[in-house]
Amino acid sequence: MIDLQKAFELVVNIGLPHCLLLSAVLFSIGLFGLLTRRSIIAVLMCVELMLNAVNINLVAFNRFGSMPDHAGQLMAIFGIVVAAAEVAIGMALAIKLYRERNTINVDELDELKG
Amino acid sequence: MNELISFANEATKLLHWIIDFVLNFAVNLGVPNLINAGVFYGIGGVVILMALGVILFRNIVHSALCLTGSFIALGCLYIFLSAEFLGAVEIMVYGGAVAIIIVMGIMLIKRDDMSHSNPGRGVVAHIAAGIVSAFFFVSMAAAVIMSPFGELGEYKLADSVTGLADLMLTKYIVPFEVAAVLLLMAMVGAIIIAKGREADEA
Repeated sequence: MIDLQKAFELVVNIGLPHCLLLSAVLFSIGLFGLLTRRSIIAVLMCVELMLNAVNINLVAFNRFGSMPDHAGQLMAIFGIVVAAAEVAIGMALAIKLYRERNTINVDELDELKG
Repeated sequence: MNELISFANEATKLLHWIIDFVLNFAVNLGVPNLINAGVFYGIGGVVILMALGVILFRNIVHSALCLTGSFIALGCLYIFLSAEFLGAVEIMVYGGAVAIIIVMGIMLIKRDDMSHSNPGRGVVAHIAAGIVSAFFFVSMAAAVIMSPFGELGEYKLADSVTGLADLMLTKYIVPFEVAAVLLLMAMVGAIIIAKGREADEA
């Protein structure tokens, strides 16, 4: 009975480990999609998922770690800025690639292969 | 008849015992903790289901829809983690701007049938990718579970907008300006890349 109570407390008292595990799950899903999708837009979407997983870590450490100020949330905002710039440039590149090569399949974009 | 009555008595007793047990459990765990846990697991479940939808749907428009839902749920998670400003930024920037960029990209690129617009690789690649990501998750989970986070103290932080504004305009002013320049460069670069060569020669 004591063990059951303790296990429930571990599950119910939301803390840093829960957020880190959620972030790890999200990052793994993004990594799986990144490795298995063949459309360049789907690959970009999976990169966005992974960047979001990183931001959860920053916010969770800001909330539950011993941080005296909001520096973690600020780093997450800088991460969001970089991700927005990345998705804009990435989508421009995808449109350009589609115009020049008429494909967005990442397997067919192998001109640099010897 | 008597048997029925005694059975009903027994059932009532059992029900009382179960209700007592559950109530004791809830009081021991703390009702606010239970509510917190319900909110966290609800939002986390939505985030993970939507992320799975992104990688499992065959139609890339459905994937984009799931991606937007995942971003909005993540904004709710940030608000739950008392980062209200960041939650609003997440919903506006990701749920608004990034989602629109991705949908516009899809509409500009795909012209034929949408139902198979998100092709995957073969079975071998799926198995290999599953092994890699499962290995990553297991190692991260082991690191998280074995780390002694218990003794981290909790600061009670003030309003997040005020704190962020103070930091952004004093201690972190240089990264703030660099981020502004980066956004400007990304905008100009995206326009130049997507516009193409014809515009240069004209």
